[in-house]
Amino acid sequence: MEFELSEDQRALQQTARKYAREVVRPKAAHYDETATFPRDLLATAFELGLLNMAIPSEYGGVGLSHLDQTIVAEELSWGCAGVATSIIANDLANLPIILAATDEQKKRLLGHFAEKLKFSSFCLTEPEAGSDVANMQTTARREGDEYVINGAKCFITNGGHAEQYTVFATVDKAKKHKGITCFVVEGRPKGLSVSKHENKMGQRASDTVSLTFEDVRVPVQNRIGEEGQGFAIAMATLDNSRPLTAMFSVGIARAALEHSMEYASQRKTFGKPIIEHQAIQFMIADMAMNTHAARMLTYESAWLLDQGKRNTLQSSYAKSFAADMAMKVATDAVQVYGGYGYIKEYPVEKLMRDAKLIQVYEGTSQVQRLVIARELFK
Amino acid sequence: MKILVTAKRVEDPESKIKVKPDGSGIVQEGLKYKINPFDEIGVEEGLRLVAKHQGEVVVVSIGGKEVQEQLRHALAMGAHRAVWVNHTGPLDQLGIAGLLQKVTEKEKPDLVILGKQSIDDDQNQVGQYLAEFLGWGQATFASKVESLESAEEKNKEPAVKLTADKKAVQVVREVDNGLATLECQLPAVVTTDLRLNQPRYASLPGIMKAKSKPIEELTPAGLGVDVAPKIQVLKLASPPARKAGIKVPDVATLVDKLRNEAKVV
Repeated sequence: MEFELSEDQRALQQTARKYAREVVRPKAAHYDETATFPRDLLATAFELGLLNMAIPSEYGGVGLSHLDQTIVAEELSWGCAGVATSIIANDLANLPIILAATDEQKKRLLGHFAEKLKFSSFCLTEPEAGSDVANMQTTARREGDEYVINGAKCFITNGGHAEQYTVFATVDKAKKHKGITCFVVEGRPKGLSVSKHENKMGQRASDTVSLTFEDVRVPVQNRIGEEGQGFAIAMATLDNSRPLTAMFSVGIARAALEHSMEYASQRKTFGKPIIEHQAIQFMIADMAMNTHAARMLTYESAWLLDQGKRNTLQSSYAKSFAADMAMKVATDAVQVYGGYGYIKEYPVEKLMRDAKLIQVYEGTSQVQRLVIARELFK
Repeated sequence: MKILVTAKRVEDPESKIKVKPDGSGIVQEGLKYKINPFDEIGVEEGLRLVAKHQGEVVVVSIGGKEVQEQLRHALAMGAHRAVWVNHTGPLDQLGIAGLLQKVTEKEKPDLVILGKQSIDDDQNQVGQYLAEFLGWGQATFASKVESLESAEEKNKEPAVKLTADKKAVQVVREVDNGLATLECQLPAVVTTDLRLNQPRYASLPGIMKAKSKPIEELTPAGLGVDVAPKIQVLKLASPPARKAGIKVPDVATLVDKLRNEAKVV
């Protein structure tokens, strides 16, 4: 076993950290306040190869290992979880293609992301089907060489700015999850409409919209895998992306910890810096300990993927522990700051709002526990 | 043109530096390291010159195996290949300049670019010694006329300008009372100041590509340089702790304290 980053991993970390510190942090509060799409920050991420880092090198990407991606993800979300989510949304949308598409499809549907700044969206969730994926209502009907998609998707990250959508729809509702099929919708075809950006509590820099599909036509060559394989593709995608979301929690928690340590060393009460009060020391010790524990769990879940091993149990451990941990650590950071923590001019209340989303998206904390229990009793 | 640039491994300025209790050095444990920021500016300038005039950027570093990390950083920024002088143990500025002289004579570059000083020892000597040893002209504290937010900077234009006949460089230098411009026959030695450029990031694809770029290993013995230091460090100590300051309620008290206690006005 090894617990040290390699020289390459330290180099990746340095670049991501520099980007997060020098490019993202100075503008994070602005994008949070205005809830506008951070296109300039994402353009820089694209230049540095931070966007689309999961695309294999033979299709023009960087082709980072899963472990490498988590190392980068911690730095990105340390800068701003909303920006990090916008960056990883491309990878999430491209993962089904990376995992299950033919070589011809990969060249055609992934290659252009390396050439030009472009966004893509992963479209799984529906108003009536979030955690309950099998209850999907969006349908795909085959007509000759095309499929005709009808239905609605919600909470779609990057949806308002995307030029490609990875869409899950069912070819037969009666078949439940066995009818779900994966398609790639290119551009903004006729019948695809995008709602206005949702006004979210946290991660406000990330673009979140609803989509409506009315007789949207997709050529058969844009079907990823066979009919009915969509559910398996979606689940495999989430196994791959869960370590990244888990690591977002670690980035948020590390930011909360660092802010708390700095503030606690400066702020005085009862004649001494509050870090000299044992109650505060214990809070900070717990924040540091839990942040690191989440980081280690997440590294393990990513490492398993890199070994070609199934990581469903470990990635759910990582995601649920890390998400709950980040919520607690960010809340404690607000507590350490006292009244100032509740004020928007200080950096910690944003972390508390941002952390909440990680308990919800890409599998809620409850669904993670369902997965864990199911794996344990297998 | 061929450009030789340096990449010294230094403590990351964000690390907390502590002196060992026995004064024999600094505490290494838990420290992070990076390329000397002035050297990073040198690598950037080399890359800009080569982008404009074609050629090759070769990066050199002296130290144990760990300096390969800084060489890889320069390679990830875009340098073409690296030279590693494998040496552990103390080195003074003459030893460093002696080794760089031999590397320069071997590589025969048109220009050597170094940082004006390294942020660990703060000597600001090696570039000058090297020019002396080689018998080349030198332009130290290279800067630029326009700001770091200028269009030229955004276009990554080199600030070190080649003359029309390509036999000399024009360098703007930062001097005590402003800027001085000089022309220096090639080959020459240039040392970089902070306002020369904004170094690019090592991009992720750059980091991946750097893995396959060559690093040539040399040794002081192989180069025929005696690096036994002529200067010996006897002891390191922390700067004396400053007495805690006071807050004064108003300007009158401030002036009174400055006049009667500090006696500075």
